[in-house]
Amino acid sequence: MKKIIKYVIADILRNKIVIAYTAFLLVMSLSVFNLEDNTAKGLLSLLNVILLIVPLVSMVFATIYMYNSAEFIELLVSQPLKRKTIWLSLFAGLALSLSLSFFIGAGIPILLYQPSATGIMMLGTGLLLSVIFVAVAILAAVTTRDKAKGIGKVILLWLYFALLFDGLVLFLLFQFADYPLEKAMVAVSALNPIDLSRILILLQLDVSALMGYTGAIFRNFFGTHLGITLSFLTLTVWCVVPLWISMRKFSSKDL
Amino acid sequence: MIITSNVSKNFGKLKALDNVSVTCNKGECIALIGPNGSGKTTLAKTILGMVVPDSGFITFNGKNILHDWEYRKNIGYMPQIGRYPENMTIGQVLDMMRDIRKSRDTQTDEELIETFGLHALVNKRMRTLSGGTRQKVSASLAFLFNPSVLILDEPTAGLDPVASGILKEKIVTEKEKGKLILITSHVLSELDDLVTQVIYMQEGKLRFHKTIEALHADTGENQLTRAIASIMSH
Repeated sequence: MKKIIKYVIADILRNKIVIAYTAFLLVMSLSVFNLEDNTAKGLLSLLNVILLIVPLVSMVFATIYMYNSAEFIELLVSQPLKRKTIWLSLFAGLALSLSLSFFIGAGIPILLYQPSATGIMMLGTGLLLSVIFVAVAILAAVTTRDKAKGIGKVILLWLYFALLFDGLVLFLLFQFADYPLEKAMVAVSALNPIDLSRILILLQLDVSALMGYTGAIFRNFFGTHLGITLSFLTLTVWCVVPLWISMRKFSSKDL
Repeated sequence: MIITSNVSKNFGKLKALDNVSVTCNKGECIALIGPNGSGKTTLAKTILGMVVPDSGFITFNGKNILHDWEYRKNIGYMPQIGRYPENMTIGQVLDMMRDIRKSRDTQTDEELIETFGLHALVNKRMRTLSGGTRQKVSASLAFLFNPSVLILDEPTAGLDPVASGILKEKIVTEKEKGKLILITSHVLSELDDLVTQVIYMQEGKLRFHKTIEALHADTGENQLTRAIASIMSH
């Protein structure tokens, strides 16, 4: 397994997009922190960019990489290797290289300028988001034979997670404004890893007061150790489940 | 050595394999013959586990190959269209395969790499290769790890006469070492002096599996091409 991960990472590094992504994150986080005197404000600006960019880049890059590795996968499948090993190695290679570039690009500046609980939280969720969206992307790639369709699917998924989901939640809130939905909102937020990460970080930033009664409920839940542990567990479930389904699909796929 | 029992595979409505049962033993050189789209490649790929059959099972040395992978250590596969990571060089592909399949007890067989002159091309990227050179790489990889079974899918398609002569000679020497060799081809004249048995497939069905002597006796023809032609016309 290590050997295949090594070849995957070498291949990813050779095509330089990951290096460009790292440089972009680095330039962005450094400039955000240097623009504001208050680094907490900088963190807030960085938050929104990270919650949009990290899932998008992880998903699109991972999907295109999977399609471009079709030959590599075909070659490996005819060799004495377990399909599970091949699939997990590809996933690990992608997840490792994208998390590493997030760590270098955004993690190191965060640790330098804002080494607080909030900063650590942001670093943790950013790393998890990279891994989650690689898992979602490889699931989309393994279930779709056509490359254009697969990439289209992934972009739609990103639109859903990053934009549409919030719209739907707002719509529901307005439609059912007469009912006490605050507690249900905690559960609904688990359906979207991006929202869950945003709530986790915002609550660390003490701006939850701006979110009204729902904010107070969130504070009560996500502010506790149990809440944080549960949220991280949910995020882990978001990596494991798509990865597991994709592995099942791959092990019976015809090549 | 390899036994397929009632293997069926559908691709949508198309029946690629329909209840195929064959037995292949050590020391045989079997030609898989049939018109285009008759399921030859699909059969080869199910034996390799690249295609998972809908029903039926395949055993290799008495063990079911489903969910098994170690049996592939004993197989060298030369695909019909060799597809390799485009931005790797020939040398990198060869090194990677050695790295993945290396084990202490098997000696690699570099003969084909030498005779095909691939050493001079190690720095060429796979995407720049011609179809014939690609086939040479595929053939070298199939023979590289001294496998006891060789599955060659259209081995000589796209090779020039010199290279195809080298490959045929290599197949003969490996056959004499007692290996099982499965060749699919529709250039029948090439197989004449190689094969000991013939499997004929049509529309996913196994039509017959005979030794070459039985085939000659049945048809009264001495050449494989003629023998098959006489069967197809009946």
